[in-house]
Amino acid sequence: MAWEFLTIYWREMIRFTRFKALLFSSLLQPALWLAFFGVAMSSNFDRFASAVPAPPGVFPVEYLTFMAAGVIAMTTLFTSLFGGISLLFDKNWGLMREMLASPIPRTHIMIGVSLSGMTKSFIQVIIIMVFGLLIGVHFFPGYTPLQIAVSVLGILAFVGVFSLGFLLFSSIISMRMESPEGLQGVITLLTLPLFFVSNSLYPIQAFPPLLRALSIYNPLTYLITGIRYFTIGSDFFAIGARYTYTPVDILISFAVLVIFAAVMYVLAWQTFRRAVVT
Amino acid sequence: MAETIIDVKNLEHTFNGVRAVRGISFTVREGEIFSFLGPNGAGKSTTINVLTTLLPLQKGTVRVADHNVAQEPEKVRRSIGIVFQDEVLDRDLTVWETMEFHGRLYAIPREERRRRIDEMLRVVELEDKRNERTKHLSGGMKRRLEIARGLMTAPRVLFLDEPTLGLDPQTRMRMWDYIRQVNEAGTTIFLTTHYMEEADMLSDRISIIDHGEVIASGTPERLKNALGEDVVYLETENDAEAREVLDRLESIRSITESPRGLSITIDEDGSHCLPVIMDRVRGAGIGIVSVNLKKPTMDDVFVHYTGRELRDTGRTS
Ligand SMILES: Nc1ncnc2c1ncn2[C@@H]1O[C@H](COP(=O)(O)OP(=O)(O)O)[C@@H](O)[C@H]1O
Ligand SMILES: [Mg+2]
Repeated sequence: MAWEFLTIYWREMIRFTRFKALLFSSLLQPALWLAFFGVAMSSNFDRFASAVPAPPGVFPVEYLTFMAAGVIAMTTLFTSLFGGISLLFDKNWGLMREMLASPIPRTHIMIGVSLSGMTKSFIQVIIIMVFGLLIGVHFFPGYTPLQIAVSVLGILAFVGVFSLGFLLFSSIISMRMESPEGLQGVITLLTLPLFFVSNSLYPIQAFPPLLRALSIYNPLTYLITGIRYFTIGSDFFAIGARYTYTPVDILISFAVLVIFAAVMYVLAWQTFRRAVVT
Repeated sequence: MAETIIDVKNLEHTFNGVRAVRGISFTVREGEIFSFLGPNGAGKSTTINVLTTLLPLQKGTVRVADHNVAQEPEKVRRSIGIVFQDEVLDRDLTVWETMEFHGRLYAIPREERRRRIDEMLRVVELEDKRNERTKHLSGGMKRRLEIARGLMTAPRVLFLDEPTLGLDPQTRMRMWDYIRQVNEAGTTIFLTTHYMEEADMLSDRISIIDHGEVIASGTPERLKNALGEDVVYLETENDAEAREVLDRLESIRSITESPRGLSITIDEDGSHCLPVIMDRVRGAGIGIVSVNLKKPTMDDVFVHYTGRELRDTGRTS
């Protein structure tokens, strides 16, 4: 087993923790988002949702809890999409030449950067969950400590695979772009559709058929499915819609994310193999 | 004779139609300091980039440290160190982290790595800066750090692309000392420069490169002597008589008389010819008042081969 990627990982984590202000804001931002947006919207949505009561026997979930899962997913998406920017800076500042002229295999550069991005997402997700629980998000309703532990691992597995996919995607774009603005453009162009054609903040059942069909191709949909399953349960009712997940649904969602990450890995590998940086 | 450690044959490199390197060949022997001397845009960095596997080999054959760069780039990378033309330092890493990162890239075991970092930082006198971020170092310190980094992997060949570009004269002199030290410790040095004196002072052998072609190669001495324009200024008690004595020497091309003495242009190496001249003049019983030998400089050599002056033009790639 080759561990060279740990070198790149080590340096990425130094960069991450070096700038205290930046570190602090990257950790605080999702929590604030959850606090302000979530609390503000939930009074609206909950009032509106009370017009459609949960069918008898189905567990009702308030909006804040419903959207907290969406905030986890979106934070992971944003962080991962930006994760490759580190490579763009390396390239533009000439630092990548040091790595490319060294014996370290090229794949390890992208693996190291991706794993560090994944770690950042893990930290953010934990913070959002803890902060959410503090402000009244009802995650893990009636779970035993063991069930909570398993659920957290499940969430991290989904977040991990999803973030790897988008980190590799971001790496590909970064290796092909000349400037950070280019990457920024691609990200902006991409996040809005990904975000809106997903059930992160509202139920997708009410979407026009075309959008619903599109959401099948959106990795975000599968991540959110996984997170809701592990944080809320397999059968619940939120803002006028009932959600049921079978274990098979969850396995399929996970498999889709794994395939997405694998495809991105192959594309990233091809990009790195051919990259010429001087 | 020492073994060949870099062997380049008919190397060509083109960037979208721009022929940066146009079929150059040269060899570097193990243990020597070899310089590429040439103006900006001559193709020096492009050559280094191909030799260090950063650019793919397009045409020609290149062997570095017993391996072909096209077939075994990983093995080449293991044997070389590079100091790039422009600064390659992460501004936000400390001096020690910069070295640690590099050592890890080359998979030097931990103990050995820490030992070499200490040693190299001592050599380049940056021990007291180890916890300083690189952005707070002066230009000369950064360059020394880059050299220390290039050396910590104990490469067989160290590539230095314009190592003293933009440094003040004092720092440049110290850098030359480091380079000599490193070379004396056994590392072969491939250096590019557009400073005449740098090539002249440091190199065992020089190739002059212009417009992607090698136009002259040899030791600094031979390159300068090849111009055959050494001039001896001789002042005697009797210039007219001295001139008559010397006229018969065949290594002398011409003699001009002036009120301040004789200017004697010599065809071959002036330092060998000068004692002969002095013996002849003294032998004829003529006293010598003063003597002065002027040899051509690298500048003269450069002008001779390229037909133009080489000017210092700042840091560009
Ligand atoms: N990446 C590149 N793309 C296009 N042209 C380049 C590139 N790198 C160098 N060149 C061109 O190749 C020629 C040689 O450049 P270079 O090797 O950097 O010269 P030197 O190092 O001797 O100053 C120049 O004309 C330069 O403009
Ligand atoms: Mg150059």
